[in-house]
Amino acid sequence: MAHSAPHIAPRDGIVETLKASLGAQLLDVIEAKDELSLIVQRDALADVLQILRDEHDYQQLMEIAGVDYPDRAERFEVCYHLLSLTLNHRIRIKVSTDEDNPVPSVTHLWPVAGWLEREVFDLYGVIFSGNPDLRRILTDYGFKGHPFRKDFPLTGYVEMRYSEEAKRVIYEPVELAQDFRSFDFTSPWEGADYVLPGDEKAEGDEADAKDKDAK
Amino acid sequence: MADYIEEMLGEADAADPTVGDLEIQNYTINFGPQHPAAHGVLRMVMELDGEIIERVDPHVGLLHRGTEKLIEYKTYLQALPYFDRLDYCSPLAQEYSYVLAIEKLLDLEVPERGQYLRVLFAELTRICNHMLNIGAHVMDVGAMTPNIWIFEIREQCLEFFERASGARMHSAWFRPGGVHQDVPLKLLTDIADWLDEFPKLFEDAMSLVTDNRIFKQRNVDIATVSKDDAIKWGFSGPMIRGSGIAWDLRKSQPYDVYDRMEFDVPVGTRGDCYDRFMVRVEEVRQSARIMRQCLQQMPEGPIASTDRKIVPPKRGEMKQSMEALIHHFKLYTEGFHVPAGEVYVATESPKGEFGVYLVADGSNKPYRCKIRPTAFSHLQAMDFMCKGHMLPDATAILGAIDVVFGECDR
Repeated sequence: MAHSAPHIAPRDGIVETLKASLGAQLLDVIEAKDELSLIVQRDALADVLQILRDEHDYQQLMEIAGVDYPDRAERFEVCYHLLSLTLNHRIRIKVSTDEDNPVPSVTHLWPVAGWLEREVFDLYGVIFSGNPDLRRILTDYGFKGHPFRKDFPLTGYVEMRYSEEAKRVIYEPVELAQDFRSFDFTSPWEGADYVLPGDEKAEGDEADAKDKDAK
Repeated sequence: MADYIEEMLGEADAADPTVGDLEIQNYTINFGPQHPAAHGVLRMVMELDGEIIERVDPHVGLLHRGTEKLIEYKTYLQALPYFDRLDYCSPLAQEYSYVLAIEKLLDLEVPERGQYLRVLFAELTRICNHMLNIGAHVMDVGAMTPNIWIFEIREQCLEFFERASGARMHSAWFRPGGVHQDVPLKLLTDIADWLDEFPKLFEDAMSLVTDNRIFKQRNVDIATVSKDDAIKWGFSGPMIRGSGIAWDLRKSQPYDVYDRMEFDVPVGTRGDCYDRFMVRVEEVRQSARIMRQCLQQMPEGPIASTDRKIVPPKRGEMKQSMEALIHHFKLYTEGFHVPAGEVYVATESPKGEFGVYLVADGSNKPYRCKIRPTAFSHLQAMDFMCKGHMLPDATAILGAIDVVFGECDR
């Protein structure tokens, strides 16, 4: 271990213990970078977290993070970060879901989950069944869409300004003075999947291959 | 006249109010979004029964800038300055979690001097942050003088940041692999002198507050949080220590050279606003203690990793070496690539546990960077902490949370 990031002592035998107590609800265990991640069944999430809290001493829910993987069948991953104050250990629980299938809420286990779930709902559109107050939290009143999805543009769809004529703040479609620039840094020698300008003649088959670079 | 006398004697029927009695209903007020005691842009919809708070619904997100989304479109190094702008009262403490997360993914070793410099300046940041919060908290409950006195100490801290990085607040000085540039020896000796000097002014200011009757009346037994509640509501930092749980990430999960430092973790006994305040006051003294140890133990040597695929070379080197020039060009256009993986790294920021959940996909940009703000969880507990207290107590409770909206709303 060369890095100097926070050092957390591993718990010996924790994986076997958890496998025994969670059974079929546990889909996979990933141990990487000294961190333990459990992938569990979505419907069993509340039960799993309750077992972890009551029987395995993970008392605190520190964070709920949403991640969007558009290529997957169930595109969203919701990560729960638990902390054990007594055993000084962290664990990450993951479930995956999509736009329609709700994730069971854990507000009855930790009241702090209320806002954390609202945030994931607001930014990704993941629905939490059982959260009594699932409103938007970070975005504007009346905002449409879920901005942290990978298919939501960085610039958004609307911009606002104060209108002197209307004497209030008005919303308008985004107008960019310059096109949004996204640079492709992949080195052509490291497996870029496009044909370099001028290389079309070398191989006849790929002559009509779509040239992403020219676009 | 008979009615009047009856009323004076209290013989009128209270259950049947007549002229002169008022029927009071609950009413709702907006605390903020522009309120001097809201510490930024916080809108709290409060339901009051007279002057007693029945319900608080904090509306956050007025300062939401989509930092996490912006970071996904920047290289790892370009994303670093966004962290200064989260909690603008303790910028270096936010950078700390992020650079440690990158280092953990890269498994990058930081030279000892770099580690000591980071601990030294992280503790200076803690003092700087607490100077603002202690002062603001005192002013929220009515005292003016201590705030102005200790603001001077904060100003001195900012001068040290400026001398180290060139910027008073948004330093961007911690880099993956170490720090950006070395500090002059004079700066270290000046910090050492200052460490002997500033406690006089600080203790003077605190002597006006800590035993002050008015200050105690406004803070003792206000918003008492039990140990169980503190755990359930995801408290961290001075908030959980104020409730009597000795939990400090610098002790329990040490990073950099914190495991070599000797310091005490102060805890509260009652879990009220006064305890949280006093925990911060003691933390300032402990931070000064850590800084002295850093200055004594700091070795000579490189301040950042010498891995040229991650840490760019200095300008002088570029004038001599073609290879250094290529490295510089590559690192400032494309940036370094981070192997695929995910880490959650949390450090003890002055406000509590500040975490970064970083998902890398092997490219030069983070795939996802979730920031765990401290204030988000604390602010959520406003409702249960305020319940049953008077309206002016809300400012004391808010001051004791130590909330900054750049961080809460991201």
